[in-house]
Amino acid sequence: MATVELTDLVTQYPNGVRGVDGVDLAIADGEFFALLGPSGCGKTTLLRTLAGLEGATEGRVRIGERDVTALEPGERDVAMVFQDYALFPHMTVSENIAYPLRIQKVARGEREERARESADPLSLGALLERRPAQLSGGQQQRVALARAIACHPQVFLFDEPLSNLDARLRLEARTFLKQLQRRLGVTTVFVTHDQAEALAMSDRMAVMEAGRIRQVGTPREVFQRPASLFVANFIGATPMNLLEGAVRGGRIDLGGVSVPLPAGHSGLGDGERVVWGVRPEYVATAGDGVPADEVVEGEVSAVENLGVTVLVTVAVGGRDGEEGVEVRAVLPEDDEPEVGARLRLHPQTARVLLYRADDDGALVEP
Amino acid sequence: MPSTSPAAERDVAGLGRARALGFVAPALVVIGVFLVFPAVWTLYLGLLDYSLTGAGAQAPTFVGLGNYTEALGDPAFTRSLGLTLVYVGGSAVLGQNVLGFALAWRLRGAGKVVRSGLTVLVLLAWILPGSVVAFLWQALLDRRGGTLNALLGTTDQAWVLDHPMWVIVVFNIWRGTAFSMLLYTAALSSVPRSHLEVARMSGASGWQQLRDVVLPTVRRHVLTNTLLITLWTFNDFSPYLLTGGGPNGASEILPVYVYREAIIGGHLGYGSAISLLLLLANLVIAVFYLRVLRGRTEAT
Amino acid sequence: MNPVVRTLLSRVGGYVGACLLVVFFALPLLWLVLTPFTPNPTYRASLSGVTLDNFRALVDNPQVWPSIRNSLVLAGGSALLVVALAALAAYALSRVRVPGRDQLLYALLLLSSIVTGTAAMVPLFLMLFQLGLIDRQVGVVLVLTGGLLPAAVFMLKDFVDSVPRSYEESARVFGAKPNQVLRHVVLPVIRPGMATVGVWALVQVWGNFLVPYVLLANPSKQPAAVVMYTFYDAGGQPDFALISTFALVYSVPVVLLYLVVNRRYGFAFQGGIKG
Repeated sequence: MATVELTDLVTQYPNGVRGVDGVDLAIADGEFFALLGPSGCGKTTLLRTLAGLEGATEGRVRIGERDVTALEPGERDVAMVFQDYALFPHMTVSENIAYPLRIQKVARGEREERARESADPLSLGALLERRPAQLSGGQQQRVALARAIACHPQVFLFDEPLSNLDARLRLEARTFLKQLQRRLGVTTVFVTHDQAEALAMSDRMAVMEAGRIRQVGTPREVFQRPASLFVANFIGATPMNLLEGAVRGGRIDLGGVSVPLPAGHSGLGDGERVVWGVRPEYVATAGDGVPADEVVEGEVSAVENLGVTVLVTVAVGGRDGEEGVEVRAVLPEDDEPEVGARLRLHPQTARVLLYRADDDGALVEP
Repeated sequence: MPSTSPAAERDVAGLGRARALGFVAPALVVIGVFLVFPAVWTLYLGLLDYSLTGAGAQAPTFVGLGNYTEALGDPAFTRSLGLTLVYVGGSAVLGQNVLGFALAWRLRGAGKVVRSGLTVLVLLAWILPGSVVAFLWQALLDRRGGTLNALLGTTDQAWVLDHPMWVIVVFNIWRGTAFSMLLYTAALSSVPRSHLEVARMSGASGWQQLRDVVLPTVRRHVLTNTLLITLWTFNDFSPYLLTGGGPNGASEILPVYVYREAIIGGHLGYGSAISLLLLLANLVIAVFYLRVLRGRTEAT
Repeated sequence: MNPVVRTLLSRVGGYVGACLLVVFFALPLLWLVLTPFTPNPTYRASLSGVTLDNFRALVDNPQVWPSIRNSLVLAGGSALLVVALAALAAYALSRVRVPGRDQLLYALLLLSSIVTGTAAMVPLFLMLFQLGLIDRQVGVVLVLTGGLLPAAVFMLKDFVDSVPRSYEESARVFGAKPNQVLRHVVLPVIRPGMATVGVWALVQVWGNFLVPYVLLANPSKQPAAVVMYTFYDAGGQPDFALISTFALVYSVPVVLLYLVVNRRYGFAFQGGIKG
């Protein structure tokens, strides 16, 4: 078990592209940590730099008490599960699981013993003599896990461990992986492009973009208070409402409709441009008790069924030839409106976030 | 997502540049000495009056383009060139190509027995060693006891002596059609079924389907195939085993001509000059072929 | 024309055509299949009884087994050399960035298809003569290896390229040193590709006539392909019993190997350099 510490880390490819561009990160002992981001954001490169498969151009990597920056992958005491599992096709399941031990020159008998020990809890006991090609995707994934477990590393590194499973199996594996990590208590860093996966599994997560970390926090923090427009856009099953407007007379004018300025933002000057953001989940239909100046009213332009909820898109403003805006809300299935109906929505002001209307799109702190 | 583009170029086994070069070096040395160097040397030798015996062996003199002018002025050479063109054109470009395509086209609809039986026969002709095949044809065409004469009831018909070019052309068609057949079978299976079905529903006859649907689709395969078999036939030495180039040079294609001049006759300089002409012809064919191939990969 | 008649005619025409083709392709092969087992064989392919007496000629002739052995030496030696050198080169070229790699490969492939045994006969002969390798089997092996290598490297590199890099990375993360990665992971994984290229090289050399014919003068060193030719060129009456049985024994391995490769990998591996 160990902490992982990255300081000013830069990984540059021979062609000059910086896959990782100045990352500082501290991961606690036993933590289940997710690296989340769109493809090409550098999350896999960061993981590979941690593993030693890519050399760090600048900065340090520390695992536990050791500075491992200059060490070979095999000397870092980490185990990695690859996206394609990388099970050796010419070896049996047992030989695959025991391969790290073979490198450590553990005697054959003990290797088989320990392979069995790692395999049994993952229900692979009956498959030990099979070849990887004879296993299902889920079984292959568990063999790769067992191989990582068998060498008792200080840190697990998972590169998109669930992306090669079909949708149903992925949900099961998510739960399973989380329980397994909790039981073993080994510090784990895993890479994913699926925000739902990161939110569901991790203790803490980092959202990456263009080689840099944009936000670090618990899933709840990241979901409730995305630190920038980029993160706000990336996190969440339904896209966040993000509307640009200007502060005017203690309210925000979004063009055709105005909404209250959230508490703590009275310092914003009149005419300042901001992006008003609220998750569709935090927008409800306005009951009778809701003050009129907090209501947003418009015409329903689309209704999408999400199972127990519906995603409703409402066209707001847009009269008198002015361009309108769209506000989305996630409503309970019983409240499903007709397309074309008029609907009064109430965005919870306490959940509203304001972002700078510039390229960085940073969160405006109250 | 895996970072494929930059990582793909990385040294994943931790081999290191130096060791990698060490891995490549032995192959490059063998190729360099036994393939590249001879090709380059041909260039130089072709300019010398070099022979195995006589004055040319002791002190070869520089004759410049003399060998080339001599070759072009030698009726044996020009005849050999003409025979080579007939041989390549008749047996490869026309014979193997057309027969191979016809086989591939007809066999797709044929019953399993006919198809696999004929395929095995055609393939056998292709994979048997050249020496064996040459003798099989000797036996077939022999003047007195040959199987063909026995079958046709003709006695004392000396096929090899009377029609040497016909013999080697037919022989090479027999020998090499398999490649074209295999290539066209693969090509034809890439013609979408639905295209043929549309043509059939529009009432197109077999011949019209072939012309309007199949040939446009497999055009590039035809080109590829023609160039490959041309290259191989151009360099084919096996007719020598059948006719020995005779009688009196009547079937002496260029490879046999080079062999007779250079190795038997010992005129190495002259032989080199002819070899260079062969190399150049090969180069033209091969460059054309690679152009076509590259064009195809870029198009898809 | 009546459509029924037309269908019938085209069907009959198809069968006649198929029969003619079968005759054309089968006729020369008859001799190879029948003659070894017929008593008193001649040029004419026939089977007037079944006997194994002809194979005695094979046993009695002092040239037969040395020539088969020579063929084995040449084909086996070339195949081993080709596979070993090509595997090393293909692996390095696939995994380590070498500037100009693709151009180099294309140039070599181009070269190997134009510098055939036929076209480079003279310089090869002269070069081996001056190196003192003429009339030595090692010379023939090297020449054939040089000719087969570019295509072999090309085929094997294709194969190595298709092997996921994560295999090697995985082994490295578990602490394997470069030579362990090669021994434990890379070699076993690319073994099928090496086997295929090896068989391909074996078949190419086994049937090659010209190169050993030009470069080896001593009959005791010549392979079956050349010795077989001397059997019937020796003047006088050819020894049919010997030639027929010899041809059969000499052909069977090629056919078997071809079947093995074809069953496993399709025909894509044939072609390459001929002559």
